[in-house]
Amino acid sequence: MTTTTDLVSYEEALASYDPVMGLEVHVELGTKTKMFCGCSTALGAEPNTQTCPVCLGLPGALPVVNATGVEYAIRIGLALNCEIAEWCRFARKNYFYPDMPKNFQTSQYDEPIAYNGYLDVQLEDGEIFRVEIERAHMEEDTGKSTHIGGATGRIHGAAYSLLDYNRAGIPLIEIVTKPITGAGDRAPEVAKAYVRELRELIRALGVSEARMEMGQMRCDVNLSLRPKGTDAFGTRSETKNVNSLRSVERAVRYEIQRHAAVLSSGGTVVQETRHFHEDTGTTTSGRTKEEAEDYRYFPEPDLVPVAPPREWVEEIRAALPELPLARRTRLLAEWGISTTDMQAILNAGALDLIAATIEAGADVASARKWWMGELARAANESGKALDELPITPAQVARITELVAKGDLNDKLARQVIEGVLAGEGGPDEVVEKRGLKVVSDEGALNAAVDEAIAGNQAIVDKIRGGKVAAVGALVGAVMKATRGQADAARVKELLLEKLGVGEG
Amino acid sequence: MTDIIRLTAAEIAEKIASGELTAVEVTEAHLARIDAVDEKVHAFLHVDREGALAQARAVDDKRERGEKLGPLAGVPLALKDIFTTEGVPTTVGSRMLEGWIPPYDATLTKRLKAAGVVILGKTNMDEFAMGSSTENSAYGPTGNPWDLTRVPGGSGGGSSAALASFQAPLAIGTDTGGSIRQPAAVTGTVGVKPTYGAVSRYGMVAFSSSLDQGGPCARTVLDAALLHEVIAGHDPMDSTSIDEPVPPVVEAARNGSVAGMRIGVVKQFRGEGYQAGVLQRFDEAVELIKELGAEIVELDCPSFDLALSAYYLIAPSECSSNLARFDGLRYGLRSGDNGSRSAEEVTSLTREEGFGPEVKRRIMLGTYALSSGYYDAYYGSAQKVRTLIKRDFDKAFEQVDVIVSPTTPTTAFPIGERADDPMAMYLADLCTIPANLAGNAAMSLPCGLAPEDNLPVGLQIIAPVMKDDRLYKAGAAVEAAFVQKWGHPLLEEAPSL
Repeated sequence: MTTTTDLVSYEEALASYDPVMGLEVHVELGTKTKMFCGCSTALGAEPNTQTCPVCLGLPGALPVVNATGVEYAIRIGLALNCEIAEWCRFARKNYFYPDMPKNFQTSQYDEPIAYNGYLDVQLEDGEIFRVEIERAHMEEDTGKSTHIGGATGRIHGAAYSLLDYNRAGIPLIEIVTKPITGAGDRAPEVAKAYVRELRELIRALGVSEARMEMGQMRCDVNLSLRPKGTDAFGTRSETKNVNSLRSVERAVRYEIQRHAAVLSSGGTVVQETRHFHEDTGTTTSGRTKEEAEDYRYFPEPDLVPVAPPREWVEEIRAALPELPLARRTRLLAEWGISTTDMQAILNAGALDLIAATIEAGADVASARKWWMGELARAANESGKALDELPITPAQVARITELVAKGDLNDKLARQVIEGVLAGEGGPDEVVEKRGLKVVSDEGALNAAVDEAIAGNQAIVDKIRGGKVAAVGALVGAVMKATRGQADAARVKELLLEKLGVGEG
Repeated sequence: MTDIIRLTAAEIAEKIASGELTAVEVTEAHLARIDAVDEKVHAFLHVDREGALAQARAVDDKRERGEKLGPLAGVPLALKDIFTTEGVPTTVGSRMLEGWIPPYDATLTKRLKAAGVVILGKTNMDEFAMGSSTENSAYGPTGNPWDLTRVPGGSGGGSSAALASFQAPLAIGTDTGGSIRQPAAVTGTVGVKPTYGAVSRYGMVAFSSSLDQGGPCARTVLDAALLHEVIAGHDPMDSTSIDEPVPPVVEAARNGSVAGMRIGVVKQFRGEGYQAGVLQRFDEAVELIKELGAEIVELDCPSFDLALSAYYLIAPSECSSNLARFDGLRYGLRSGDNGSRSAEEVTSLTREEGFGPEVKRRIMLGTYALSSGYYDAYYGSAQKVRTLIKRDFDKAFEQVDVIVSPTTPTTAFPIGERADDPMAMYLADLCTIPANLAGNAAMSLPCGLAPEDNLPVGLQIIAPVMKDDRLYKAGAAVEAAFVQKWGHPLLEEAPSL
């Protein structure tokens, strides 16, 4: 393991060098069954319960291609503006690892299902950056090993290893970019934006939930530097399994600084795979090229070529949903919000929720306000993603409706949300159970207002003396007396009326 | 009892259907024969006495209930130990799988069971089907019933020896480069490699996926056809299985004729390395075919000279990948796991002990041929040769209906003679390999004894892809003519054991 202590500052690195990136993203497809057998792909099952002779690679077993897997691959290829192969084959990638039952991975080599495409990604400031796609190919996932004992959590030095083949054979799509040049100092941002855009795309296509934290989407970052103004690419490093958006950005940034340090001190970058460490934000050396494996690819003789009929491809193309960037651009205009607002919504993962809330009848401002305010806080506190909160867009829309009708004020609405999140039922049920209706009984309200006036002579004098703003204190007293269930605007109106003071 | 074991499968099925014999009687007769002679022959690696009798009883029960029986119901069969059998050991002739009990049936096994065929046990074979003599079995060689000091061919020597020694009227083999036809030839039996994709490979332990093909072995052409019909047909579990109706092989076998057929004789299938007596019997067979009304056409297929070389790149390449799964981690043998060795060390020790020398040789050959920098020169070129061979066959079949040749250049050689000379061993498959590379259907049937050693000679018939019925039509005619000429089936001349 080479430890890199000296890093060049990011600014300094970018002053001399131009980064070139290549991103490889693996996505587990959300098909019901595995790529080459009928076993379930559901997550969270007991280890080795979703296996059969095929995905265990038992002697004699043979693969059969999952047609839905191919369809999903084509869907992804089309959404990435790729050409779809008229004829392509699977290939065997031969290497040894205990979590790979056949000791070869059924993948695609020089004949990918989709190739030559691009994905437009939007940066924080709204700028569009085009990332060229080299290829997207189909393959199968490996099993999962857990290495027990030893310091590193890796197989070497472990006392023993546990193998779970439930994941073995789950369909994967590997999406490989062409070298990404011209990003300059925005390279880390471009990398992150690309992975995010891809994630949104995959979700919009309905082919995977693409949850990075669950390993459904995994990213390898290739990076090299070249002196500014030169064309030839430098030697690259490949940082494996960078598994969050933030990590993608950090890994690129770190590797830029590390490469720059090596190069500017007159050294040579070693072509190697590297491991990213979430805790430190650094990378360490994995295996070098000299130890690199020869995968001995050859066409998979157990499978027949995949030749998707053109009509089928066109059917799939016609059925593609609106893609995320187009949708965001449309919603930005429809909602009349700024790019910054939109970025905040995206960062919070609230776009679909807000859109659905608006669709359920809420106005744009209210929908945004609740999801980006109260609910974002609740999510944050419970350590959940927004869409994991036990509240639906329809329920949020109902709450905004109750507020608009004057049945709830904001304070009560917050309590309704709290109730819904606590599992007390839907908004109407919570209002009912907690007795949260705004006090609209004018008699009760008048009594509370009179009481407030009688009990706060000093403030009343101030108001009468012209300090109308002081009425706020009396409103507060009334609200307190009604346990927040009064309509604050109506209270203020009544107070001023009774005190004979006109506003403003 | 002796009579039962000398009946053909067709006769047995008929007698069971008519009630003249019970399936249990038939099975017991064969089990008794196995007890009597297999110590000498060593055709079986595992005899499934209880399973066989249970299946036989089920057939008899079915008949008693008045249910209709399939055409081979109650007929005993010897299954090559390369097909998985749920609950019954499957070793592929290797130490690597010693003691492994598969948790599932191969598609072929399922079809046999569904047809009421009685599986007597699993037969000996060259380890992982790599070999032409059955000497590469980790469990010792099999003797040729014609001369127990000679090999029964390979890799399916166990299946053919079981037939030739009347231990079973039917057997299953697999043919990657000749492993059904070559043993059939040297034991005086009938063996058919169907068109590639005709019989499911699901549950057949892979040697070379693009060449491997299971098929029927029998003592008569009709019996082979009956078995062919039971095991062939599309299987959704095997992507390379052909989704077309099985050619009418039984009908063809019942109506044997070569009258009016154009029959090709390929220039490349003779010359140096061919035993004189083999060529003599082959030439007589061609004469006979001519007398039966066929037209003989001389053919030139120059690419056939490259077939052996191409085969010994493609088959090892695929095997090096197919056998990678045998690592001692999940099933079968595990060696040297003393608690302190790494997974890689244990895998290495397991393979060292578990694989025999021929298997190791081919894994290394294949690993080399697929290596980066060598792929184009080896695997890539071999695939091109394969295309050329296909073209030669295509051209040939524009002129002829079937091609005939000797099945093997020589008769059965003595055990041990070629064991240390892989090249000499590989030459045994000279005539059979082209059909594997092109995917054609091919059959071997007896055409007499070579005068110099009184050992069986095989006649090979090759048909175009999915024209398997032509093999049976021509084969049945030739068989009938020979039996008439000899006055009895060839196997009656075999020594009694």
